[in-house]
Amino acid sequence: MATTTRPARTTRPTGTLSAREGMARQYDYWLTVLKRTWRGGVVSSFLTPLLYVVAMGVLLGGFIEGDPDTLEGATSYLAFVVPGLVASHAMTIAVSESTYPVMGAIKWHKTFYAQLATPLAVRDLVNAFVAFVVFRVAVACAVFMLVLAPFGVFETWWGPVLAWVGQVLVGSAFASLTFAYSARLRSEEGFGLLFRLGVIPLTLFSGAFFPVANLGPVLEWLARLTPLWHGVSLSRMLCVDRVDWSLALLHVAVLAGLTVVGWVLAVRNLDKRLEV
Amino acid sequence: MISARGLRKSFGDFEAVKGIDVEVRRGEAFGFLGPNGAGKSSTMRMIASVSPVSGGQLRILGMDPATDGPAIRGRLGVCPQEDTLDNELNVFDNLYIYGRYFGIDRATCRERAQELLEFAQITDKAKAKVEDLSGGMKRRLTIARSLINRPEVLLLDEPTTGLDPQARHVLWDQLFRLKQAGVTLVITTHYMDEAEQLCDRLVVMDKGLIAAEGSPRELIDAHSTREVAELRFGVGEHEALAGKVEDLGERVEVLPDRLLVYSDHGEDVVTAVLERGLHPLATLVRRSTLEDVFLRLTGRSLAD
Repeated sequence: MATTTRPARTTRPTGTLSAREGMARQYDYWLTVLKRTWRGGVVSSFLTPLLYVVAMGVLLGGFIEGDPDTLEGATSYLAFVVPGLVASHAMTIAVSESTYPVMGAIKWHKTFYAQLATPLAVRDLVNAFVAFVVFRVAVACAVFMLVLAPFGVFETWWGPVLAWVGQVLVGSAFASLTFAYSARLRSEEGFGLLFRLGVIPLTLFSGAFFPVANLGPVLEWLARLTPLWHGVSLSRMLCVDRVDWSLALLHVAVLAGLTVVGWVLAVRNLDKRLEV
Repeated sequence: MISARGLRKSFGDFEAVKGIDVEVRRGEAFGFLGPNGAGKSSTMRMIASVSPVSGGQLRILGMDPATDGPAIRGRLGVCPQEDTLDNELNVFDNLYIYGRYFGIDRATCRERAQELLEFAQITDKAKAKVEDLSGGMKRRLTIARSLINRPEVLLLDEPTTGLDPQARHVLWDQLFRLKQAGVTLVITTHYMDEAEQLCDRLVVMDKGLIAAEGSPRELIDAHSTREVAELRFGVGEHEALAGKVEDLGERVEVLPDRLLVYSDHGEDVVTAVLERGLHPLATLVRRSTLEDVFLRLTGRSLAD
């Protein structure tokens, strides 16, 4: 009965709400956030990547010979670049939505503190936050894939659907990992570092724009170790219908595993951060 | 309602709360009075069941925050020191969405939000943005928000810090009404007038420990005289003159800008000072306050 006999607690109680109930109670909050922010999201989520597709896929890609043997099975550069672009776009959205908004909820708006004064626990906050980001990624990627469908870049109808699931997995992996990073960060300068040393190199060298085989043996393997490459490769093999199922399984396992690791770290870091 | 035994809180090597015993009873207004850094807010966060206890025992509503945190928080209202209102939501949504976190159904949330807007006297601001509210209104909204779950205990951390006198009185009036409605209030403050106005009972905290406990009246009776004569002399003269008046009262305190002579008969002290040929620039006779109690107990004034 007496707490004195027990060692001091190091973590906050995880809470007795079920995960589902914890998220359900925040539904109205995130719905309000969505109503307020979706307009801005349209530009960054749809317009920007569309410009990329036109510039890189159509205009630049027009100079590139569509040889399936050098383009990982794609019959045109457009068909090659689109699945990779969407996967890397999933990463960009997930990272952006889990940087400043997380810091804001800790430092500027103190939303997390207010939410924690209720029956909600740290775990519930992370769940709802990541779920919201994944939802945004899912919508953005779905719309994007639908828009591109008439351009003949997809070989089957089911491939792109599975590719979309893979893109959503990219979103969940990067959202939870970035959340974990942001929850530790004291000042926003760390985000500049994350974008310059993380997001941009990953976007450029994870096989979205060119086959990683072009990098040479050492760098190729380095690229294959990045989380984004798993997403790009998964997305592409499904879209161009050259599926290596055992490799696809590996991609899914890596992305799901990273999501779990990110989630555990996110909960731990946020708990530590908010215990002032 | 709340019971703490040997309660401690440390952050690394720093001990913010060094073992305190506190008992809060149903329906009373209980205060933690002390300067900044006394450990009041750390104590409040432990009671709010968001900050784990480092040592000792804590029971809130009969439950242990280590295992029943969410259940306890569901029955508490928390008004934090810094406003944690959502600036991106309008006033009404701040109440409505907060209610949803407690698992209150949508219709009831709407109903209560409307009632609380009236209670906080901000009904006409329902659709306004939070950032357009005055400091006093934000504070009232924060308190209104903390009432959305009809809490049995309301925790108020420095409720009127930063408010102008008029806004403070509006707020105090609301807290009185809550108390009359049977809500147990737990208040931290470094304003002695606030503690005297609001608290039935309080503890004086200093450096993580409780220095004294009782009702404001009891504390003043126990630790100070009925009256205080304040004597203001020229800059830098106070220390030297203290010896010349110290026999006139039970005790003399030297502050940078004045001497405080503690006596049950303040006017007599002033008369005697003038008879001795001393010429203070200003004199004031007043009743003892909790500020005097704090000065007595800690040798420092509340304003640091």
